[in-house]
Amino acid sequence: MNTVAENRFKRAGSLERNPKLAQWLRVHRDGTVSIFSGKVEIGQGISTALAQIAAEELGITLDRIRMVAADTAASPDEGVTSGSLSIQDSGVALRRACAHARALLLESAAARLGVSVRDLQVADGAIRAAGRSTSFWECADDALFDCEVDETTGLRSPRDYRVVGKPAARRDLPDKIAGRPRFIQDMTLPGMLYGRMVRPPHDFAELISLDDSKLRSMPGLAAIVRDGGFVGVLAEREDVAISAQRALRLTASWREVNPLPRDVHGWLREHAAEHRVISEKENADAKSRATRVLQASYTKPYISHASIGPSCAIAQIDDGKLMVWSHSQGIFNLRRDLALALGMREDTIVVRHAEGAGCYGHNGADDAALDAALLARAAGGRPVQVQWMRDDEFAWAPCGPAMALSLRAALDAHGDIVDWEHELWSNGHSSRPGRADNPALLAAWHLARPHERPSAINMPLPAGAADRNAIPIYDFPNQRVVNHYVREMPVRTSALRSLGAYANVFAIESFMDELAQAAGIDPIAFRQRHLKDPRGRAVIDAAARRAEWSRWKSAEGRGHGIGFAKYKNLGAYCAAVAEVEVDHEVRVNRLVLAVDVGLVINPDGVINQIEGGAIQSTSWTLKEQVKLDARGIASLGWEDYPILKFSEVPVVEVELIDRPELPAVGAGEAAQGPTAAAIANAVAHGLGLRMRDLPLTHERIAAAISQST
Amino acid sequence: MAERFRLTVNGAESELEASPDTPLLYVLRNDLGLKGTRFGCGNGQCGACFVLIDGHPAPACDTPLWATAGKRITTVEGLSKGHELHPLQHAFLAEQAAQCGYCTSGILISAAGLLAKNPRPTEGEVREALDRNLCRCGSHNRMMRAVLRAASEIAP
Repeated sequence: MNTVAENRFKRAGSLERNPKLAQWLRVHRDGTVSIFSGKVEIGQGISTALAQIAAEELGITLDRIRMVAADTAASPDEGVTSGSLSIQDSGVALRRACAHARALLLESAAARLGVSVRDLQVADGAIRAAGRSTSFWECADDALFDCEVDETTGLRSPRDYRVVGKPAARRDLPDKIAGRPRFIQDMTLPGMLYGRMVRPPHDFAELISLDDSKLRSMPGLAAIVRDGGFVGVLAEREDVAISAQRALRLTASWREVNPLPRDVHGWLREHAAEHRVISEKENADAKSRATRVLQASYTKPYISHASIGPSCAIAQIDDGKLMVWSHSQGIFNLRRDLALALGMREDTIVVRHAEGAGCYGHNGADDAALDAALLARAAGGRPVQVQWMRDDEFAWAPCGPAMALSLRAALDAHGDIVDWEHELWSNGHSSRPGRADNPALLAAWHLARPHERPSAINMPLPAGAADRNAIPIYDFPNQRVVNHYVREMPVRTSALRSLGAYANVFAIESFMDELAQAAGIDPIAFRQRHLKDPRGRAVIDAAARRAEWSRWKSAEGRGHGIGFAKYKNLGAYCAAVAEVEVDHEVRVNRLVLAVDVGLVINPDGVINQIEGGAIQSTSWTLKEQVKLDARGIASLGWEDYPILKFSEVPVVEVELIDRPELPAVGAGEAAQGPTAAAIANAVAHGLGLRMRDLPLTHERIAAAISQST
Repeated sequence: MAERFRLTVNGAESELEASPDTPLLYVLRNDLGLKGTRFGCGNGQCGACFVLIDGHPAPACDTPLWATAGKRITTVEGLSKGHELHPLQHAFLAEQAAQCGYCTSGILISAAGLLAKNPRPTEGEVREALDRNLCRCGSHNRMMRAVLRAASEIAP
């Protein structure tokens, strides 16, 4: 006989961890509803999409929804806002919670009016029956929601949606476009001091010496804070804090760490600590039909988050309690690591989310929070705002890991792939806070009593991390996929938008084109003959149609190419067609993307995310690599780390395939891999040469051309 | 070292005491409370802190206070007239031309500087005018469309 525990169904999305209805919403007498989500706005528009879901299920207009900033003292713990999961985690939970809340409000209204629920006429929270009226707002009572979310409550049918599925204007943009204070960088609290960090622009083993004698008398300097190798300054004025930081840095000397490997990709291949076969299929018959074998190796460099606004945090210690404002993606995880690093109890710390500049993964936000907290210990109860300088951000925020990949495949006489091998070498793709015994926060490693640095890890499949999208979505009779995990980290790495999927999809989809060419088959037809998944086939067809693939007119130095993936093999389908011109450098003229995210919550939000992802991936693919020298990261400013400029941005067209009957999945990371592959394939088509090392810079193109002639 | 300065920002004069080398950015943000101008890089390479100085877009992070004497400074807050947004801001909202919005102020300033000189720019001229502004989220095309939309509304 099953026990009750075994019988218990798994709750939808984040309801699993946060089952109480009152955790998700509160109805107010003034005709508004507060929505509490643990997912945070990082420039992706999630707060608008979640508001749409809540408004839809409550049956009220969007302007009645108030999204409450996530706060460890008030919000459901939804882990980290990452992995394109906010719609699946928070959206699904809110949909159920709001449906239940509406049912409870209607029951309460029916009792109040002395009628049955089915006699109620409800419009935007106003309720009428038998000539009398009431409203959600009159029925609002906190006790009503003091229960667990009842997931058996009926949900509104997608056919009847009035808010979900319609374009909604982003709720945060009016402030941002008017230039009103909105970002954490803009917050000013009474008595606030400005802090800056004194760090070298490269990793270090130890602070050897520091001479602050000349600075102590600097007017407006409030404190110089030192704890082992952790050094920061506090000042009444921000510009004074910056001057003090610069002056103090000139007096410091640090012992350097071991020199970095010169050839990172070769080094990765030689330093794997674990070798895991993550997929294996065997069919001896098919294998025996092999007539040709191809192999190729690909690389991806370290990539920087390179947000336009450097990381920032505010901290205040008052009466033994720490209050932190942070643009972290995971405020609860950050609180846990702050407690570890500071030797405090978690219940003495509150972390509240405040919007920051664009976030594309695990950047310096959490680190800045510990910096601010450590400086706040010397601020006598005053709040402290720390913003990193540009070189702090480039030097110290984790990078998206470098990766090396080797692929090998066999074709039969008909041009079918009968065998497939994919091996990858990479550091872990997550060193986020809240997951290890030691704090994953930069300053903690430099204190007089330092904490050990946790290594970046990979999350398990099917989502995976370094091996995200390494298992091909195509149907091959034989396949073997191996993830070689490298624990030792020459450069601090963590999650960057799409994690390993960017490099894995770039490699798989490049190699598919190489095989198609060897088989003498059109790249799109070649993919379709190896792909059963109908949704995958549909996005490839849609992108090809929109781009008029079959009507391509070839010309000297022009090429087109396709790339395709189903993000994580679990989420959004995305096919990209790139059209490029190549001479000594690559110019992407046009990108056409077709996307299937299931039910579309906010069409303009999805399009905006796909456009942005495609443009960012174009930038990564054509231009971006973190430069290294023996001491560490050598890309410390925009001059060393160019990104795509207005004059280089391609036309981007997005076609959405709406599937209202299917679950909604996230869109934020779907375009990264397919765009890279489409560009690389278009370059190979236009140039007649295959480029396998990212980024596709003019130096690389010139080298490839000179080698081929 | 602090000296008295008289500053003309968004048409209003103010006086303050600061070191002449203080970057204009911090005076705007912290002395005058105009937070719409934002720090990005500190050496004029990203455009997040652009303001108009006598009508020309310039980085406030790289402009010392002494260099602003007698000049007219316009920040993003000065583009609107009271509560009425600038046509560029209306167009940015209409096109939903942002993702994180951190670079937006500087881009609005570059675009306003362009439209003041050239009310009907071509697409190429808009790209050129915005080429000193970096955007990391990939909202470039929406912003391009918004600037062209604003131009057609200002000078139809």
